[in-house]
Amino acid sequence: MTARTAPLWQFRQPSVIPGFGLALGVTLSWLILIILIPLSGLAWRSSALGWGTFWTLATDQRTINALRISFGTAFVAALINVVFGVILAWVLVRYRFPGKRVIDAMVDLPFALPTAVAGIALTTLYAPNGWIGSLLTPLGIKIAFTPIGIVFALVFVGLPFVVRTVQPIMEEIDKEVEEAAATLGANRFQTISRVLLPGLAPAVLTGFALAFARGVGEYGSVIFIAGNLPYVSEIAPLLIVIRLEEFNYPAATAIAAVMLIISFAMLLIINMIQAWSRKRYGYGA
Amino acid sequence: MAHDATTTGTGNTELVRVATSESRFARYGLIGIALCFVALFLVLPLAAVFTEAMRNGPGEFFTVLSDPETFAAIELTLLVAVIAVPLNLVFGVAAAWAIAKFEFKGKAFLTTLIDLPFSVSPVISGLVFVLLFGSHSLLGPWLQSHGIQILFAVPGIVLATVFVTFPFVARELIPLMQEQGTSDEEAALSLGASGWQTFWYVTLPNIKWGLLYGVLLCNARAMGEFGAVSVVSGHIRGLTNTMPLQVEILYNEYNFVAAFAVATLLALLALLTLVLKSLLEMKYSAQIAASRRH
Amino acid sequence: MEVRVQNIRKEFSRFPALNDVSLDIRSGELIALLGPSGSGKTTLLRLIAGLESPTEGTVYFGNEDASRKTVQQRNIGFVFQHYALFRHMTVLDNVSFGLTIRPAGRRPSKDEIRKRALELLDLVQLSGLEKRYPAQLSGGQRQRVALARAMAVEPNVLLLDEPFGALDAQVRKELRRWLREIHDRTGHTTVFVTHDQDEALELADRVVVMSKGKIEQIGTPDEIYDTPNSPFVFGFIGESNILRVRVENGQLWIKEHSIGVSALGEADGPAQLYFRPHDIELLDGNGGCIAGLVAMTRRVAGTRHVELDIGAANSKVEIELPPEKVTSDHSRIAFRPTRWKLFRD
Repeated sequence: MTARTAPLWQFRQPSVIPGFGLALGVTLSWLILIILIPLSGLAWRSSALGWGTFWTLATDQRTINALRISFGTAFVAALINVVFGVILAWVLVRYRFPGKRVIDAMVDLPFALPTAVAGIALTTLYAPNGWIGSLLTPLGIKIAFTPIGIVFALVFVGLPFVVRTVQPIMEEIDKEVEEAAATLGANRFQTISRVLLPGLAPAVLTGFALAFARGVGEYGSVIFIAGNLPYVSEIAPLLIVIRLEEFNYPAATAIAAVMLIISFAMLLIINMIQAWSRKRYGYGA
Repeated sequence: MAHDATTTGTGNTELVRVATSESRFARYGLIGIALCFVALFLVLPLAAVFTEAMRNGPGEFFTVLSDPETFAAIELTLLVAVIAVPLNLVFGVAAAWAIAKFEFKGKAFLTTLIDLPFSVSPVISGLVFVLLFGSHSLLGPWLQSHGIQILFAVPGIVLATVFVTFPFVARELIPLMQEQGTSDEEAALSLGASGWQTFWYVTLPNIKWGLLYGVLLCNARAMGEFGAVSVVSGHIRGLTNTMPLQVEILYNEYNFVAAFAVATLLALLALLTLVLKSLLEMKYSAQIAASRRH
Repeated sequence: MEVRVQNIRKEFSRFPALNDVSLDIRSGELIALLGPSGSGKTTLLRLIAGLESPTEGTVYFGNEDASRKTVQQRNIGFVFQHYALFRHMTVLDNVSFGLTIRPAGRRPSKDEIRKRALELLDLVQLSGLEKRYPAQLSGGQRQRVALARAMAVEPNVLLLDEPFGALDAQVRKELRRWLREIHDRTGHTTVFVTHDQDEALELADRVVVMSKGKIEQIGTPDEIYDTPNSPFVFGFIGESNILRVRVENGQLWIKEHSIGVSALGEADGPAQLYFRPHDIELLDGNGGCIAGLVAMTRRVAGTRHVELDIGAANSKVEIELPPEKVTSDHSRIAFRPTRWKLFRD
């Protein structure tokens, strides 16, 4: 048999499996119709604003405050989720206790529960006259209708991202590595803090990024508990909705564009860190 | 040998504590922290929904639910899910087939594009359709002159829902089908099966539980989506209000019992989703993709 | 350091993994725990390390009872089959780990730690790779890092659990010789677990053969190979043949044929004759030998393996002949074991 030379550039590797054209065709047309055309509409509309207008709209003080609140509360909430999410994942992976199965399943509640329901439920709990709020009011602590309330709502929606990213990696930890640390004289705390947690860092970082990204865009669970005071507890997605209701489409478009740019830049950075980690340590998450 | 039989902390008869476990104190402390956190952020909110709905007794609960507007919201929510989920199911299978069974240029980029809706705020997902079909847009005047209503009507709600739930099925199927490889399909083809027969008799049985898992999550999001739908719906009572929007309106009118009554239905849907999801994970973990995110 | 294991019993949820095991390991000795999987060899190693604690019995390090010490307090070096390197640390940080985590009072200075780690990397022939991460090393290199890491804490005893088990044959052989060299140079008391008899016999000063949670035999490689003291050891170490024979008047018989082997001092009665395929001499003639028909011959490297049907004993044996000796199928061969052992049922 004579060897056939492969073409220099090949769109796809040959395969006996049929249906490539059909499957890719359906995928691409659906993707273009539903995702790409609408999103490029946004890009086109914001570029049509012109740089000057765009800059004025984007640097409006109310807009800046709203963006700062959205990104700030999402950052704090993601940090809280990293701490408690890692503890929760550890407890679920390592210990046995009654009700563990139920708790494990409950972790996904924020994925399954509609955000509006979560919003009114959290407000009921943390409002000054609510179940928990009424306990805190005498102490002078106010949660609902302040940025703290926003953080609480974002902790709720972000929790599963951290737990579900870290949990499978934790399950794969090689017991021998822990034993190796112990034989070298490391106590349990040293083993966890110097060997296990650094090994989990890429997974934790990914979980943080996912929770953060979700928190920045979150709307339903936040608007009930936030109080929505302009400049103080008004999140960027809500400001978009307000501008839309005022038929101020340029302003809504500008805020959306800024949010998307920042979010994509962050995802890009995270992806680069992941790729670097995989190359260097031979693992990512 | 026998590594797995190592007692993890329960052995009181051991002379020295096993090297790879924490002290009893630390263990109970961590379990305590985790349980408090779960109670505070997950269990209590869920309990609040049911308690508030039953505040004035089950009689009022059912009266509220039989309200025609609420009924219309339930109908619309089901209708949207019935349209959006199958559309994304077909797309998900096609995308997974193309991405998992073939090697082609730009595959990684395509996968990233499919995941795009996850990193877009729901409000922006709604906004893009307002910008596309609104009266001031390019398409707007043309649509108006032909009497086609997309925004503030069912088509807009369906489009926004499809956008938001776009990646769910594909995301579940791609890693699963990649794991399974192509040898089963090649075997079927070598035995003379046609392409469709191969898909129907070989591929589909292999992915059915993963597919169901993806559909389950897709459906939960489709029925519960709030932000995107809120932007495109126009909040016309009895016509373009889905259940989550109905919850918002009732709540903002201080009709708390009614708001929580509708919320109860959505919470029950969420619980049902969680139970089915856990069952699938327990019974068919091997036939569900390793990545359980989303 | 001298390590003594006394009357150790270990149960995993009622299933006995070790049953009344005692073993004295001399200071500076290189000792192999050899046995099939499930024999308890790894459990014994982990008990010495303190990674498991015994259900009953005592482990002494020198004259000190170590049983109640935790693994951290025992100051041992343990090398795992799958290396168990810390993948987020460089090679240098891996080797230094045991020293850097010491409490301030017992911790050498930073420069001192670095110096010692680099010396060890030099000893295991990995100089220049100290900045690499484990993922950037080959299997053999990783195992050498693991050994350097274990030696960095100046352990009382070095414990290796199937250290070459995950490596391919060529690397295994190299590392085997190299481990012996390192041991001779550093003089650490060393215990290693293996299921590979060649590895144990080639490497160890003494070999401990284990089976079903018990020690079958302890001895030098020569003793273990030449004078196995149980049918298990005979069968597990090297190739062996078994024939049912009868002892009568200091002679061995198969049915009514004497096989020409005298067993003076053995009591009369049935017995099993064990001998190795190469411990035989060929004979001509009919009396005083074992005779069989050639069933199959195979050429294995430098020898010819011949499988014989021993009609009288109704069983098969395999013997090794020089390759020049060509035999045809069904031809008759007579031989006599030159070195053998009798075991009673």
